[in-house]
Amino acid sequence: MASQPLQSVPAEQTPAQHEQSLEDAARRDAEGQAYFDKVMADDSRIEPRDWMPPAYRKTLVRQISQHAHSEIIGMQPEANWISRAPSLKRKAILMAKVQDEAGHGLYLYSAAETLGQPRDQMMQDLMDGKAKYSSIFNYPARTWADMGAIGWMVDGAAIANQVPLCRASYGPYGRAMVRVCKEESFHQRQGFEILLELSHGTPEQKQMAQEAVNRWYAPALMMFGPPDQDSPNSQQSMAWNIKRFGNDELRARFVGMMMEQVKVLELTLPDKDIRFNEETKKWEHGPLDWDEFHEVLSGRGPCNAQRLERRREAHENGAWVREAAVAYADKQSRKQAQKEFAA
Amino acid sequence: MSTTPETAVPAEETAGHGDISVGVPGAGAEFGAGSGDAAASATRITPGNALRPEDIALAVSRGTAKPSDDAAEYALRLGDDALILAQRLGHWISRGPELEEDIALGNIALDQLGHARSFLSYAGGAYAKDGKPGKTEDDLAYFRREPEFRSVEIFEQPNGDFAVTIARQFVVSYYQYELYRRLTESTDATLAGIAAKAVKEVDYHRDHSAQWVLRLALGTDESREKMIHAFQVIWPYVDELFRDDELTARLAGTGAAVEPSSLRADFDRLTGEVLAEAELDVPQVKAAPGGGRRGLHSEHLGYLLAEMQVLAREYPGATW
Repeated sequence: MASQPLQSVPAEQTPAQHEQSLEDAARRDAEGQAYFDKVMADDSRIEPRDWMPPAYRKTLVRQISQHAHSEIIGMQPEANWISRAPSLKRKAILMAKVQDEAGHGLYLYSAAETLGQPRDQMMQDLMDGKAKYSSIFNYPARTWADMGAIGWMVDGAAIANQVPLCRASYGPYGRAMVRVCKEESFHQRQGFEILLELSHGTPEQKQMAQEAVNRWYAPALMMFGPPDQDSPNSQQSMAWNIKRFGNDELRARFVGMMMEQVKVLELTLPDKDIRFNEETKKWEHGPLDWDEFHEVLSGRGPCNAQRLERRREAHENGAWVREAAVAYADKQSRKQAQKEFAA
Repeated sequence: MSTTPETAVPAEETAGHGDISVGVPGAGAEFGAGSGDAAASATRITPGNALRPEDIALAVSRGTAKPSDDAAEYALRLGDDALILAQRLGHWISRGPELEEDIALGNIALDQLGHARSFLSYAGGAYAKDGKPGKTEDDLAYFRREPEFRSVEIFEQPNGDFAVTIARQFVVSYYQYELYRRLTESTDATLAGIAAKAVKEVDYHRDHSAQWVLRLALGTDESREKMIHAFQVIWPYVDELFRDDELTARLAGTGAAVEPSSLRADFDRLTGEVLAEAELDVPQVKAAPGGGRRGLHSEHLGYLLAEMQVLAREYPGATW
C-alpha cells in the first residue's frame, strides 16, 4: 500500500536509488500528514486508500474490532432466551434482534478489514482472549426481564455512545454506524416495550422487571468507560474526530434519558444519588464500582469463560464446514477456468 | 429523543439515524419520528401490503376470516410444522459455522416462525363457538400438550451437525415450496394469502440448502462423508410428508388444499436434480411410520416443547 513506509531495500537498488526511495517515502508521509491534518481540521473524512498515521490506523482497528466482538459475544445472552420466549411475537422480535447483531458484527469486521486487518485474525484474537469486548456481556441474562433491561439500558447506552460515532472521521466506520444505530433504536424500543409490559403485568412480572433493572443499571453506566481522568485514550480519539464526547458527558446524558423513561415504566433506578445539577445543567449519579468493572474486564466476570468457550466451540465445530466451502469454491473456479481454456 | 433539552442528543446527530426514542407516548417519543414507522411491527419484513400474522389475527377476531373445522385442522398442521422447525433452527443463532450462517439460519427460522404465526392465528379462529372466543397463536403454541401437536416427525428431528440441519432443511424447503406454490390457488382465501407470502420466502430456503448440499457433498472428503450420513439420518422421515389422509382428501375435494401425495413427483424430480449434481444417490432407507398428524411424535418433541413452553406456563394468564 502506498501509505505504508518502506520496509526493506530491494536487492536491485543501488545505494543512491535507495536513498532516493527513502526520500520519496518521507515526502509521501509529509504530504499524507498534511492532507490528514487538513481533513481533521475540516472535520471531513478519511477513506481506506488515504494516508493515515499508523497510530490512527491502530486505534481504529482496536476500537472497531472490539465493537464487532461485542456484537458477536453480545448475541449470546439474548440467544439464551430465544427458545423460551414467552410469546411467539416476542420470539420473532428477539430472533430478529439477535440476527441484527450478527449483521452489525459483519459490517464492523468489514469496516476493520478496510484498514488491512483480516477477519480471521480478529476472530482468532477474540478466541485467544487477546482482544477485548464490552464487559457488559459477561453478565448472565437470568430472567426474561433481562431481555427488556438489556434492550432498554444496554442498547440505550450503546446508542448514546454510538450516535456520535456516525460522524467518526473514518468513513467506513461512520457509515457502518449509521446503519447500526438505526437498528439499535429498534432494539432499545423493544426492550422498553418488554419492561413496560412486565411492569404493567402481574406483581411477579413487575418484580422481575425491577430486579432486572437493578442488575443491569450499574454495568450499563460503566459501558461508557472509566471517568474521563482515567481514560487515557479518549483525548487522542477526540483529537482524531473518532470520539466526539467524553465518557462522563455521554454517561450523564444517558442517566437523564433513563430518568425520564423509568417514570413511564413505573420502575425505579437503584441509585438514590441521581440528581440534575442546576448549575452544570448535567445529570449526576452515585458512585460506581470500578473495581468490579476492571475485574470483569480482565476476565474474572460471571460469564467470561462461558462466552469465550461458546465462541470457540461454534468456531471449531464449524471448521469442516468452512473448509468444505473453500474447497468447493476452488473446484468450481478450476472447472470454470478449464471451460474457458477449452473454449 | 429525550424530552429534556439538557439530555437530548443534538438534532443533527439523530437526523435520519440513531433515534434513541422508544416509541411510547409519554416517554418523550413521537410516533413516526426518527427511523421508520413507529407503529409498525418489528417483525414485519416487507413494509406495505405484506400479510402479517397480526393482520390475520385481527381478521379472525373480527370474524372476517373464519376457517372451516377442516381448514383449521389443516392450518394447525402446517403451523405446527413451521413452528417446530423455527424452534430447532433458532438454536443455531450464535452457533453457526460462520457469521453469515448465523444470519441465514436465523432468517430462515424467522420466516418459518412468521408462517407458523399466520397459520396458528387462522386455526385459532375455529375455536370461536357458542359464545366462546377463539384461541390465539400463543394459546395454541404454549398451552397444548404434545399429543395435540400435528407436526410431522421430520421437523422435530434434532439439529445434529450442520450437515444434518442442511439435509433436513433441503427436504423441508423443497416440500414446502411445492405445497405453498399450489396453496396460492386455494379456495380458502386466507390459506392462499399465507401461502403466497410463504412461497417467496421458501424459494430462498431452497436455494440456501441446495447450495450447501453441493458445497458439503463436493467440498472435502470429510464434508462429503458427513453429508451422506446426514441424508441417511433424515431420509426415513421423508415419506410421512407426502401421506394423504381423510382430511386432505376432503380439503382437496373442495379445492382448499392438495393431497400431499400429489407433490411427490415434483419433489423427487427437483431434489433428484440437486442430488445428481452433488453426485449423491437418493438414500435407500426404510421409511419411519410417522404419525405426527395424529399426535404420535418421536421422542424428541417433548423436550423441545418443554423448553419452548416453560416460561409461558410458569405464568399462566400473563401477557408479555
